[in-house]
Amino acid sequence: MKTTKFNIIKNLILGLFFVLASIPSFAIYTASDNKDSEIEEEFNVTDMIMHHVKDAHEFHVMDWKGHAISIPLPIILWTENGLVIFMSSEFHHDDLGNVVVEKNGQNFVKFHEEIYYANDLANEEGSYLTLNTEDHPENSYPMDFSITKLVFSMFFSVILLVFIFALSARSYQKNGVPKGIAKFTEPLVVFIRDEVAIPNIGEKNYKKFMPFLLSLFFFIWINNMMGLIPFFPFSANLSGNIAFTLVLALITFVITTIVANKEYWKHIFWMPDVPVPMKLFLAPIEFMGIFIKPISLMIRLFANITAGHIIVLSLISLIFIFESIWIAPISIAFSFFISIIEVLVVAIQAYIFTMLSALYIGSAMEEHEH
Amino acid sequence: MSLLLLQEAVSYVPFAAIGAGLAAIGAGIGIGKIGGSAMEAIARQPEMQGKIQSSAIVLIAFVEAVALFAVVVSLIAK
Repeated sequence: MKTTKFNIIKNLILGLFFVLASIPSFAIYTASDNKDSEIEEEFNVTDMIMHHVKDAHEFHVMDWKGHAISIPLPIILWTENGLVIFMSSEFHHDDLGNVVVEKNGQNFVKFHEEIYYANDLANEEGSYLTLNTEDHPENSYPMDFSITKLVFSMFFSVILLVFIFALSARSYQKNGVPKGIAKFTEPLVVFIRDEVAIPNIGEKNYKKFMPFLLSLFFFIWINNMMGLIPFFPFSANLSGNIAFTLVLALITFVITTIVANKEYWKHIFWMPDVPVPMKLFLAPIEFMGIFIKPISLMIRLFANITAGHIIVLSLISLIFIFESIWIAPISIAFSFFISIIEVLVVAIQAYIFTMLSALYIGSAMEEHEH
Repeated sequence: MSLLLLQEAVSYVPFAAIGAGLAAIGAGIGIGKIGGSAMEAIARQPEMQGKIQSSAIVLIAFVEAVALFAVVVSLIAK
């Protein structure tokens, strides 16, 4: 009896996955036919994918009959006249610098998801910006502290994480037996402790770093997973943003540098037990290694997650490149397959980031015996 | 001037694509070697399957990451 119930659930989940895999095609389809009144414009795959992968000031859900349906997000600017706050809907989905928003005696335009001060007059293309030969605006710009798509997604994931872990912490208060969601989180916490922290950092010091490693693992994982769900309020490519991974890698770098003992620095600048010419040769390499380690952490996560998003979107785009409905089953089946691999990849990437952070911290605190 | 004209004329897209392809070859060889050795190891010691599998997956993720570095470089080069 129990197995049949389990089978039904399994089939439901698989079916749901299949439906999810086909959702991007609707979004792209509706995005591709919004210029029906003008000259038939070529569907540009690269633009569409890059638009999805990058940050935005509004949460674009889909286009319907030429009108963009999106959730506006607040734009917060620190300008020459102080703080300016307004909703991104005031730009009316314009991204070419054609719509001017006047606030606090200043004019703003949005161009490729950046906010600039507007010129007084529009040029012949209707844009209130001065572009140089490489199509970059020469206008000055205010400091942008907006709640963009990625910031919104990050807040959402933090609230979700706090909720999950507050729930699981509460179930231990009664008698110390995990209940509900804690049955899911406890094995993961124990896994990070026994497989990541203790082997890499060591029995003596690992406790200090457990909060950091656990936050790292769950934060990266939940954001990776949220990126795979293709509808609002998920689908933002947060962990595929290099600024996000940069900050995480920077925290690891700072911790490694602070906790490092004398032995660690000695092994970098004056490697023991090797001849002197070799010491001179090794010192610059080891010194560069200090920075290359966090940089490789940063690029690994960024590249893996971005590549995942690009692959799924490219497979779906095949339908629109060949302009044939008969490609659809193939491309949806492929993107379904890739989506399932991605579920595995996002967990592995979160694990690897955590494990390497623990490894770097551990190697900085290692006590050598000579 | 002639250099500028050359830059105008040459599109880097095919080179970027070739670079991504070369990276895929490298990653393919690497992952193939890891997978093959893991298979052999499991065949010799079936009782160690769990451990071998998990460390093979981690190693594959490392190899794959190098290929993805190349993809990022070709994205930028484009």
